[in-house]
Amino acid sequence: MADKVGRMEIRQQRGRILIGKLGLDGHDRGAKIIARSLCNDGFEVIYTGIRRTPEEIASAAIQEDVDAIGLSLLSGAHNELIPALLDALRQAKGGDIPVIIGGVIPREDVPHLKKAGIREVFTSGTPIQTILDAFRKITGEHRQNKHTTS
Amino acid sequence: MNEIDDILRGIRRKDPRAIGRAISIVEEGDQRAGEILQILDEETVQKATIMGITGSPGVGKSTLVDQLIAYYRRQGLRIGIVAIDPSSPISGGAFLGDRIRMMRHTIDRDVLIRSMATRGRLGGLCAAAGAAARIMAGSGCNPVIVETVGIGQAEVDVVSLADITVLVFAPGLGDDIQAMKAGLIEMADILVVNKADCPGADALVMEIESVIQGRNCPVCRTIAPETAGIEELAAVIRDMDQKKRQNGQFAQNRQKARESEVLDWAVEMMRIKLKNQLKSQSRQIKGDPRMIARKLIEEISR
Repeated sequence: MADKVGRMEIRQQRGRILIGKLGLDGHDRGAKIIARSLCNDGFEVIYTGIRRTPEEIASAAIQEDVDAIGLSLLSGAHNELIPALLDALRQAKGGDIPVIIGGVIPREDVPHLKKAGIREVFTSGTPIQTILDAFRKITGEHRQNKHTTS
Repeated sequence: MNEIDDILRGIRRKDPRAIGRAISIVEEGDQRAGEILQILDEETVQKATIMGITGSPGVGKSTLVDQLIAYYRRQGLRIGIVAIDPSSPISGGAFLGDRIRMMRHTIDRDVLIRSMATRGRLGGLCAAAGAAARIMAGSGCNPVIVETVGIGQAEVDVVSLADITVLVFAPGLGDDIQAMKAGLIEMADILVVNKADCPGADALVMEIESVIQGRNCPVCRTIAPETAGIEELAAVIRDMDQKKRQNGQFAQNRQKARESEVLDWAVEMMRIKLKNQLKSQSRQIKGDPRMIARKLIEEISR
């Protein structure tokens, strides 16, 4: 990496992640803790805040060219919002961007969310490190693919 | 098919995915960056005005930018924003939060917002800010706004990148001595006192005016969340842009901006070489650092 320019660019960039809240609940402490932890782990985090629509998340993710999207949902509306988000992403030509979600999500909903295309689902009580590891793995793979397809 | 061709076609078609990819390629120092920047439509890039918005943390830069976006959209203009926040010197990560003030424009296809981290660069910008602004300009954005990190007094890089630099102040952040100090206040084209409804705003305007006396530098007042003063600010920006284009200053600035960008890259590349050279010999650093530095340069240029 020595040919890269800039003092910190010598360090391998870990990736860019969008963190936000989808839907109508406004409790953002969890999302902020995840955002801050990812930042401390070397990621560049684009924080989009509360009450976002699927279209807003998709559009921001495309413009920011992120390597992953992390969303917090506490409202119970994930079964409606997540398919809408994945749809919006595909329509915006961002169907390849991995999505990780967390929050209040009943265990029985997880298989069907994963089948729809969500990469990981983290419910409350998950250690931060588990979440960081998942982001590292998933963004790493995404970046690898970006570079080999290009 | 070649990805770069796809991206270039995408930029011309204003496809946000292609524009996003192009900026990443440039930001990551990918070798293909040159191809992209080479083929951007020079005429479109020349037409666009690059506007720098700078000021201390918390003066309301992002909120002001949000209002400027709304204003320019009402004029039917397509607009690009490069919003820069600092990288952590410890983790290398960054919390990029400027976009949150501008979320109402997110699904507007004619507003492009890109958050960028400084990645170790001092001076208020990131190394790829100029390139990102040109890519946005190449996709038909005019103006392109570059919002710097919250700055202190000496981060003047934006002045050389931008065609017009707006320095934003807010009352309540320091005493009258702050405005007297040398630095950015001498370089900016337009000064803005935001939060003009807060106590101390009148005094701040007076202090600023007394510092810049003799210099033809407009001072505007704004209350960004209420849109007060935005139209007036936009008019001042427009007049100054026209004037600079007519008297040749615009072209001169652009040339200088390119020069200083080249110099910045060269210095950074050299820095890495020098650092490696310094590390390669386990030398004892004793005596005059300046002498040692001179020797180091002689060694690598041999």
